[in-house]
Amino acid sequence: MNDAHILAPDKAKTVAYTDADAMIASFGSILFPDGASIPTPVTDAPEHFRDLNLDQIVASVTAGREEYDLAAFFQTPLAEEVSIRYRQAVMRDLDVAANTVVFTAFAKAMRTMREQRQQAAKLYYEQQKRRWLLHAAQTYCDAVEALRKGMIPLALTSSGLTGLRDFIIAYADSPGFQRLRGRVAQLVADLATIRYNVVIGDGGFRVFLYDGEADYSADVAETFAKFRQGDARDYRVRFHDAKEMNHIEAKILEFVALLQPEIFGRLARFAADDADFAHNDLVRFDREVQFYFAYLEHVAVLRRAGLSFCLPEIAVGTKEIHDEDGFDLALAAKLVTANRPVVTNSFRLSGKERIIVISGPNQGGKTTLARSFGQMHHLAAIGCPVPGTSARLFLFDAVYTHFEREENLQNLRGKLQDDLMRIHAILSRATPRSIVIMNEIFNSTALRDAVFLGHKVIERIIDLDLLCVCVTFLEELTAMSDSIVSMVSTVNPVQPAERTFRVIRRPADGNAYASSIAEKYHLTRAWLSRRLTAPAGGGSR
Amino acid sequence: MKAHLMYPDRDFDVSAPPPPLAQELVQDLELQTLIAAMADEDKVLAEVVRAAILDGTDSVTILLYRQAILRDCIVNEAAVREIYALVVETLETERKNYLGVAFRYPGAVLHRSVEVLQMLTGMLRRLREIATREAPLFRSEGFRNLFAMLIRELDDDYFARIQDHFRRLRFRSGVLVSAALGEGNVGIDYVLRRPNAPAEGWLQRIFGSKPRSYAFRLSDRDEAGARALSLLRDRGINLVANALGQSTDHVSSFFNMLRLELAFYIGCLNLRRALLLHQLPIAFPTPSSRATRRHQAKGLYDVCLALRIGADTRGNDLDGDGRELMIVTGANQGGKSTFLRSVGQAQVMMQCGMFVAAGSFAANTCARVLTHYKREEDSSMASGKFDEELSRMSAVVDAIEPDTLVLFNESFAATNEREGSAIGREIITVLLEHRVKMVFVTHQYELAAGFLDRSDSNVLFLRAQRRDDGERTFRIAPGAPERTSHGEDLYRRIFTEVATAEAATADS
Repeated sequence: MNDAHILAPDKAKTVAYTDADAMIASFGSILFPDGASIPTPVTDAPEHFRDLNLDQIVASVTAGREEYDLAAFFQTPLAEEVSIRYRQAVMRDLDVAANTVVFTAFAKAMRTMREQRQQAAKLYYEQQKRRWLLHAAQTYCDAVEALRKGMIPLALTSSGLTGLRDFIIAYADSPGFQRLRGRVAQLVADLATIRYNVVIGDGGFRVFLYDGEADYSADVAETFAKFRQGDARDYRVRFHDAKEMNHIEAKILEFVALLQPEIFGRLARFAADDADFAHNDLVRFDREVQFYFAYLEHVAVLRRAGLSFCLPEIAVGTKEIHDEDGFDLALAAKLVTANRPVVTNSFRLSGKERIIVISGPNQGGKTTLARSFGQMHHLAAIGCPVPGTSARLFLFDAVYTHFEREENLQNLRGKLQDDLMRIHAILSRATPRSIVIMNEIFNSTALRDAVFLGHKVIERIIDLDLLCVCVTFLEELTAMSDSIVSMVSTVNPVQPAERTFRVIRRPADGNAYASSIAEKYHLTRAWLSRRLTAPAGGGSR
Repeated sequence: MKAHLMYPDRDFDVSAPPPPLAQELVQDLELQTLIAAMADEDKVLAEVVRAAILDGTDSVTILLYRQAILRDCIVNEAAVREIYALVVETLETERKNYLGVAFRYPGAVLHRSVEVLQMLTGMLRRLREIATREAPLFRSEGFRNLFAMLIRELDDDYFARIQDHFRRLRFRSGVLVSAALGEGNVGIDYVLRRPNAPAEGWLQRIFGSKPRSYAFRLSDRDEAGARALSLLRDRGINLVANALGQSTDHVSSFFNMLRLELAFYIGCLNLRRALLLHQLPIAFPTPSSRATRRHQAKGLYDVCLALRIGADTRGNDLDGDGRELMIVTGANQGGKSTFLRSVGQAQVMMQCGMFVAAGSFAANTCARVLTHYKREEDSSMASGKFDEELSRMSAVVDAIEPDTLVLFNESFAATNEREGSAIGREIITVLLEHRVKMVFVTHQYELAAGFLDRSDSNVLFLRAQRRDDGERTFRIAPGAPERTSHGEDLYRRIFTEVATAEAATADS
């Protein structure tokens, strides 16, 4: 019956019932273009994910979609520009609200289908299992038809989705699918016509076909209707509608099957022949397209709060990169939930610039900028829109992070040694296509050592021509080379204690912040001299 | 099935929200006393009577319809009370049978419903018997229609049909249920069926093919099966149990409707009985349309005062035809307030269709009756007294429509007389221009005299009488306002008496 088995085993299921169906070209994947290399899936969150809070981002993006097991897709950066562009094009198509309805409906139907199949597997009585399988097949057929019908008018430009459309049109019209659909529809219609009677007596029952017997409840109701003055209370008892039958119900169903042998015969043949009705490419698509929806839905919440996302240009062979009005995606999600404003920041590296050294007041957004730099590079590498109004981001081979580790604080010497070992490991593995993000290195080291070590590390980074973001209190580092860009976190000059979370490109100037805080607390020179000359007990005002 | 004793063409809605300022009306006219007398300790009566009194009608047709029914009730008091007692007994028996708990088993619903329905059916039979016996003695359209309906709808065939249901509902030959196949081939749409009648003719009976069927008998040890079968039976009778439960509700709602429609008249009978006890007169009023201005009374008395003191009070005569404003002035404690209350009570009683407390009474109906009375000092002094008065006046104005009757008692007196009367005059003048009928009791000469100058024919001046020796008669008679306040009298009397007493003490 099925000649398809002569094909490669992994293709066997993508081909349905007859030779004619085997002519339908396989669709492939909505995540990976045909012919491109598929990177090894990263199933466990990489080390730098925690430092960059990418683990939080993946968790919230994939929340509610556990059944699709999407984490690996979000954890695995693509190595080729063509693969990124493939996804970006699909993202662009699916970022149009009008294009998503049909896929959302398809996903919902496929989920229902899976549940119905699971139900079929769980149940005990054969006639129930078969009927649930029929429900699943009916859901599937409707979903395929709806997908075909819904996709035809869509304005699509991505090769991924136009490819799917070609496939779904061919598949839905294929004789194999049409025959399945016909069988299912006929069975559903025929089963719906069945009406049977049960006479329930003491200790037994009898089953026969319904023969127009009158509705006795209606008769009773009609007798007393003349007294009706208004609505009466509903006395119907709500029964728990279990999906599992008891043996009495099963026995009745068995008798009904005997009374309708033709219809139930067909149901049995359907269950035997057509159990494996779903096309593998569609099953795969159903899972993989969730990658896009998961991300876009997450983005939508932040967009409603006024934040921008853009599909970045991919910088290959140049390190001139930038992002306008970006933000930390993990932090923004929390702030928006709490109804608090999100501050955006921009950066740009041109010419020989490679390294951003961020200094300035604490808790002013330094680490946040460093994180968002790393986040958006990773997001770009999996083909997703990144925070910002416009962006060009580097196609890296690896991201390395070095963040302060609190758990290693047993003794300072051990910690310094550990820091250096980690940095050494990073620098020995890094290639000119790597990105390094360092946060507060040598914080707990003697200043002299810190300056010395800082210089040494930055020198190595300059030599390696790495893209690097370095958050540090060592302002000296900003002046080492013209490949270094200095950025500082800022305070509001009017309300100096108020943090702006704005980080701007500017030479490091350690005094601005301290003097503004002094101003606020009336501890500047002018204030102090005035206060000290004021009459005793006059206070500061 | 409808009784329609309150309206010729619709049900009486006890739960209708009261009109605006109803609470004030009850308080100012002391209607609580009237309601209590009518209710005679029956809570349902109290509720119905209160609703009927507050929700009067301006339709002369409906008023005459109710008056005719009330006359029937007075003539056939025993029969009407018998019907009411039967209805109350029925409802109370039903209530005792009501299992307040949620019915979780259709079998329980069915069992209880059949029991109650059997009781209700018995009561329906008795009701029909009374109707058959008493119908010839009633004259009013309302009662004749009610009795005719009971005799027509509750005939012997109907009771036979009900008995047939009771017999079938014992399910001697099993429960016949139809079903369809739902999700997962589980049975759905369980409907209890009436078995088809056996094929007609002996030939068909012998040669007609019996439908194919499959039977199953549970083994004695199959307890799970017995439970499952019982559950299936429950599903089968769920709808009929519901139909029966609702039928019970319908029949009892019919009795309840009868009770509500009768209650007002029972209340009237109770009141009549109470007034007769004190030999107080009652009269069926003559209502005229709200477009007219009529007000004629002989021996009009404050029914609540009469009920409270349980004795005759001398009533007042009133000839107010064509008048839109009646201003009552005169001595303090001269019977002005009592008079005002009696005018309001008579209007309210007439407009719900009952008799009034007077020797005779005729008046136009009005859209509604509103009161604006001087209030005792409010304990919460959040706003000034005059401020509070005007705020209530504003609420009254909100509720006014043309042909409203407004009763003022010492309004606008919470400030000095000049200010109060100026504002009062202005308000009254505007209300007059908008077809509002008013009775205004005031001791303020300025306010009353403002209308004296106009000598409008639509203003009637009344005055609390006193004899030349200063004694009050508590009667109200036509008379223009007088500048002197009779407070002087009071002052003089009290102070004289006190002075005399003191003098006497001093003498001794």
